[in-house]
Amino acid sequence: MAVNYSAKEEADGHPAGGAMPGGAGGAVKTRKPDNTAFKQQRLPAWQPILTAGTVLPAFFIIGLIFIPIGIGIFVTSNNIREYEIDYTGTEPSSPCNKCLNVSWDSTPPCTCTINFTLEHSFESNVFMYYGLSNFYQNHRRYVKSRDDSQLNGDNSSLLNPSKECEPYRTNEDKPIAPCGAIANSMFNDTLELYRIDNDTRTPITLIKKGIAWWTDKNVKFRNPTGDGNNLTALFQGTTKPVNWPKPVYMLDSEPDNNGFINEDFIVWMRTAALPTFRKLYRLIERKNNLQPTLQAGKYSLDIAYNYPVHSFDGRKRMILSTISWMGGKNPFLGIAYITVGSICFFLGVVLLIIHHKYGNRNTSADIPN
Amino acid sequence: MDCRLRVCAGEEKRVGTRTVVVGHRPVSETDAYVAQKFCDNRIVSSKYTLWNFLPKNLFEQFRRIANFYFLIIFLVQVIVDTPTSPVTSGLPLFFVITVTAIKQGYEDWLRHRADNEVNKSNVFIVENAKQVQKESEKIKVGDIVEVKADETFPCDLIFLASSSPDGTCYVTTASLDGESNFKTHYAVRDTTVLCTDEAIDTLTATIECEQPQPDLYKSLGPENLLLKGATLKNTQKIYGVAVYTGMETKMALNYQGKSQKRSAVEKSINGFLIVYLCILLSKATVCTTLKYVWQSNPFNDEPWYNEKTKKEKETFKVLRMFTDFLSFMVLFNFIIPVSMYVTVEMQKFLGSFFISWDKEMYDEEIKEGALVNTSDLNEELGQVEYVFTDKTGTLTENSMEFIECCIDGHKYKDCISEVDGFSQTDGPLKYYGKSREELFLRALCLCHTVQIKEADQVDGLMGHPERKYTYISSSPDEIALVKGAEKYGFTFLGLENDFMKIRNQKNETEMYQLLHVLNFDPVRRRMSVIVRTTTGKLFLFCKGADSSIFPRVQQEEIQQTKVHVDRNAMDGYRTLCVAFKELTQKEYDKIDKQLNEAKMALQDREEKMAKVFEDTEADMHLIGATAVEDRLQEQLAETIEALHAAGMKVWVLTGDKMETAKSTCYACRLFQTSTELLELTARTVGVNFLMSDSKHVPCVPRSWTLTQEYGLIIDGATLSLILNPSQDSGSSNYKNIFLQICLKCAAVLCCRMAPLQKAQIVRMVKNTKGSPITLSVGDGANDVSMILEAHVGIGIKGKEGRQASRNSDYAVPKFKHLRKLLLAHGHLYYVRIAHLVQYFFYKNLCFILPQFLYQFFCGFSQQPLYDAAYLTMYNICFTSLPILAYSLLEQHINIDTLTSDPQLYMKVSDNAMLQWRPFLYWTFLGAFEGLVFFFGVYFLFQNSSLEDNGKVFGNWTFGTIVFTVLVFTVTLKLALDTRFWTWMNHFVIWGSLAFYVFFSFFWGGVIWPFLKQQRMYFVFTHMLTSVSTWLAIILLIFISLFPEILLIVLKSIKEKNHQVRNEVMYCCFATPADGDCQQCQAHHSHPAESLPCSLLAQRCWASQQHCTVTPAALHCHPSRVPAAACACPPSCSPSFPAAAAASPALGQHVVCCQPALTSCHWVSWP
Repeated sequence: MAVNYSAKEEADGHPAGGAMPGGAGGAVKTRKPDNTAFKQQRLPAWQPILTAGTVLPAFFIIGLIFIPIGIGIFVTSNNIREYEIDYTGTEPSSPCNKCLNVSWDSTPPCTCTINFTLEHSFESNVFMYYGLSNFYQNHRRYVKSRDDSQLNGDNSSLLNPSKECEPYRTNEDKPIAPCGAIANSMFNDTLELYRIDNDTRTPITLIKKGIAWWTDKNVKFRNPTGDGNNLTALFQGTTKPVNWPKPVYMLDSEPDNNGFINEDFIVWMRTAALPTFRKLYRLIERKNNLQPTLQAGKYSLDIAYNYPVHSFDGRKRMILSTISWMGGKNPFLGIAYITVGSICFFLGVVLLIIHHKYGNRNTSADIPN
Repeated sequence: MDCRLRVCAGEEKRVGTRTVVVGHRPVSETDAYVAQKFCDNRIVSSKYTLWNFLPKNLFEQFRRIANFYFLIIFLVQVIVDTPTSPVTSGLPLFFVITVTAIKQGYEDWLRHRADNEVNKSNVFIVENAKQVQKESEKIKVGDIVEVKADETFPCDLIFLASSSPDGTCYVTTASLDGESNFKTHYAVRDTTVLCTDEAIDTLTATIECEQPQPDLYKSLGPENLLLKGATLKNTQKIYGVAVYTGMETKMALNYQGKSQKRSAVEKSINGFLIVYLCILLSKATVCTTLKYVWQSNPFNDEPWYNEKTKKEKETFKVLRMFTDFLSFMVLFNFIIPVSMYVTVEMQKFLGSFFISWDKEMYDEEIKEGALVNTSDLNEELGQVEYVFTDKTGTLTENSMEFIECCIDGHKYKDCISEVDGFSQTDGPLKYYGKSREELFLRALCLCHTVQIKEADQVDGLMGHPERKYTYISSSPDEIALVKGAEKYGFTFLGLENDFMKIRNQKNETEMYQLLHVLNFDPVRRRMSVIVRTTTGKLFLFCKGADSSIFPRVQQEEIQQTKVHVDRNAMDGYRTLCVAFKELTQKEYDKIDKQLNEAKMALQDREEKMAKVFEDTEADMHLIGATAVEDRLQEQLAETIEALHAAGMKVWVLTGDKMETAKSTCYACRLFQTSTELLELTARTVGVNFLMSDSKHVPCVPRSWTLTQEYGLIIDGATLSLILNPSQDSGSSNYKNIFLQICLKCAAVLCCRMAPLQKAQIVRMVKNTKGSPITLSVGDGANDVSMILEAHVGIGIKGKEGRQASRNSDYAVPKFKHLRKLLLAHGHLYYVRIAHLVQYFFYKNLCFILPQFLYQFFCGFSQQPLYDAAYLTMYNICFTSLPILAYSLLEQHINIDTLTSDPQLYMKVSDNAMLQWRPFLYWTFLGAFEGLVFFFGVYFLFQNSSLEDNGKVFGNWTFGTIVFTVLVFTVTLKLALDTRFWTWMNHFVIWGSLAFYVFFSFFWGGVIWPFLKQQRMYFVFTHMLTSVSTWLAIILLIFISLFPEILLIVLKSIKEKNHQVRNEVMYCCFATPADGDCQQCQAHHSHPAESLPCSLLAQRCWASQQHCTVTPAALHCHPSRVPAAACACPPSCSPSFPAAAAASPALGQHVVCCQPALTSCHWVSWP
């Protein structure tokens, strides 16, 4: 029940009160709305009218821009050399078949060697990737199973890792460093590349630094701080992840690539977007300008097969690839650009014809009689 | 209303009556007085108190389905382990609830204040022979209240005594029923003498009366009941005893609860909400099912690298499935945006300011502009199909003015000199020669019931500063007539001892003895007086409606006058005819005897009186006719025509009598001369019919001609017969028949309506099939119930108090402002909010769809695609302001065009932009874009590396690319839709995008100590270092927008095509004689498709930018087709004399003036 009224105003509003207009006029405060452009909704405004006449030229321009870009990308992508070896060993003929059912703690590690031939030489710097398939690095339980403050060198988190790391948080009442499922499942195959030249195996230098994001390596991942630089001492009180053969402070011999700032580790910790993914493993730098980085010819890949993927139907690959300004080999972008550009251009032509047909009639009507 | 004063008690108490003890003094000690409980005089309109505000308000807010849904989601997030934190949905919800609570609390505080103003106002109560000042709310039933002049009655009172010795008082009920004239009330006869505090205190009495009833018209009859809300006028003071108080007063009972009004848009939103809820549920179900299908493979369920926690292993499978389902719900819940409600509320609240800021709706006279009471209904203004309007004070100015008269067929205006000899006087004047005019003026001065009030008292309705007296009458027409006569030199000086005094032109005072007054009644529609001159001659003067006078006068006199009367009526004036006859003493004696007999009659008095009147008022001589104007509000006809052209139906609901209302309807062109009127009134139906329960409604033509425009007139009595059928079961479908008739009529006029009946009519139309949107306009308290009932209630800030505007949703100073309010503001708000709603659903669909698709690639693990910050900020920061600015500023069509071309209004009628078709379009667009975003980036990520240094991106980069494309696409989509780019639009659109980029840099640039995971660290920066990503983002944005751009092109080509065919040559004609009467004729460019004249006119109307209607031109067109005549556009130059030869062929459409062709040119319309 809403009876909104007041006796006072009723009396005021009645014609009796209004019988003498202007009687109290002086006192009436003006409630006249401001005459501003904003309040009157008359702000100066650009009122675009998108007509066929204005949009169709844009179609042509977009078509003319997109098609060359597409062709450029496509050509670039096709010039990229890429070589991929699947070394999972599911096929009985594969040299790695013997290692298929390897477990984490098999010592000595199962090793296998795969020979392959490069048809074309790799001219520029070569990037060596490992690839995993059907490995759900993007599973929610997996993605969150890490403690970034521990990895950032926070001492309290080191000894008391986040609950998110469960069930890889503690082992035998000792905190795991680094904790969590991601760290625990770190890729630990060792890949070595040899060039076979007249039956002599020349090892190819694989650079293991410079594979992680600079910001990760230098800011996001930090070893715990304390007295001295002895990582063993700094990681005192923690235990290694269950699946690791050795603790985190023994990942590498070089101090600036050991512990949490080990680049292989950092690369692994950046969880992949899709279940089939590649991660950068090593760099092969071009030695000099006279020689290609990898000449065409025979090579062999030595694998210390530690990482079991057969149990979840996964695959393991090794990829050698050169890189252009737009990254690795990817025909998608080029094709997409060419397609969209062509459609644009084609539609532009068709619509222009239609538009022109009617447009003609329109102009003729402008002349009266 | 049966209200009887009993001096002594003793009768049995009847059921359904209340006994009021005057002054709380028991009548007798022996009488067992059972104290009845009456409510106090407090008016309560507020909803909350300080104590119950929080629980009650929260309860009411969570009754809203959307709020409840968000609460559930929030609780799920708190309880279950979900992918996103409770903050993401809890924070917006808290914000919404708080803002709404503050707003409602504030509104309720205002209501408390208004209540207090009424409840705490001071009144005087007589207690123990003394005046006691009390607060109004303390009045109890039985208190004796003293009311002074110009005060409103604080409750319903029985009038006991007045300061004037005859025990009368004048009251105006303007704020109750809109009638602003003074009504005379009489004190109870036995107590009239008790006119002092002491005397009144001695009264010992009880009153027995009915229990409170809302019917205002039944109750206004009793002459000694003074209603709360009415105002005492021209009487020093009165005493009354309170019988009904507080919420039991007639006034309070006549108000309906102000229920929350919901707009049609909100209903559409709820519909869409259900669709999206279904989408959400099916998404969650699909994901849950697939998750368990996928997990049936053990190495998928728990591979060695990703073991479950102990807790997970231990929970039951069913429970796990349920929590999974809930988790998916939470993950996808952003598809139903809580922020939409915030944005809609903000849009409505802020948008409504533009209405009150509009200076075109500001009235210089009352120094006020439009007022917005509810912002919830802005868009409803663009959807109105039925307009119900009050007449007095809404359509008219509520001030009568004497315009002209005609005496013996001669028209007189302003002064007593012939203006227009329509028919020359032929033959001698039969009675008074040259003084025929004087006779007419004397008749005007004598034949009325006007009273004189000396001006030393507070002046009333017709107060005029210089005059020493004012006229008071129950009919404003009579005052206008008397004043009209005064203008011509005959002044009515008042009634003294049965002698009427008149000062004539020569300043002599004439005296007439008033013998009888044959009062006005609506059946006879005339009134008469019988007077005796000082010379002893006896005259009967009669005035009344033409239809009731013409049959009673000499037939040969009628013709001349009839022409004038018809002409005046067509002009919308209220016409009255004046007739007289001279009586011989013998005749008079007979009449006198009959009258006295009839008055004394105990049985069938009414009928006998009517018969005597009938016999007396016969064989009269017609003297002339008068024309009184109830001045229509300015631009009324134009406004109503614009509303008609916009597809609205206008119904007039008035408490006024039929004749007046009808003439107003003609004047405002609601009824046209061609309109066939169907009358369904007590007069046509007959009083006897009302009493009996006849089975059919008369006056309905059997055949309904489609081409004919019909107008319906119905009055309150007939309506209540139709709407509230008595015991008769067969009559229940009267309502249906009536409704069908009503809906087919172009215009409906309902007169003699009680406030609640007005509401009934509105409700009836509101509930018909298709539930059309109704709008009520009114200015008085009697309109409040219909204002509250209609979807949109508009108050006119008129002269009759503030009741209507206070209870309305919007208040405007004048009726003409409706045009801009509906056609421009309403249309714009509708388009704005409809776009807002569609856009919101669209942008959240393409926001969430990639997240859904991602589940297929992450093992249905509820992994969010976007970072939590993006999830939370998407709707709040990145994409909210552009759409808010759009929904406040957009003018897809210029305001001026909207106002001048009413047909544009029909483009958005029937909720056109929120039907399922546009909804599906937007949904498909959203789905398409979602697919493009996800799979575009998916294919991009097939690549080993996107950077030129061979490094790889992770899942967060994937999400960020999708999100970047998303934010840019939805913002640019809005940019494409924006047709009105003010600097604010530029600022928010480009600002939002810049903010997104800036925020992403910032968010990724710092290791946040409060975050558990630093997953976004430098992700955005790295993303931007990759050329491929740039190229992909640009490509995907373009692909997403491509369908939209294509659609624009296709539409534009189609329109162009359409336009060419509609090209029409307009030839302009200018008459040399009259510059105003320029005619613009349309000639179709394809002669084969020649159009009928009216259609041409319609088209002419449609091309407003070239032709504007001039009222003068309209006036001269007989069929009154809007814009049949248009003024020439300025570009019309006289460059085509050669074409003049063609003019005869075209000229047949030109009606009033002989045209001369000046130019021709081409125009086109949309």
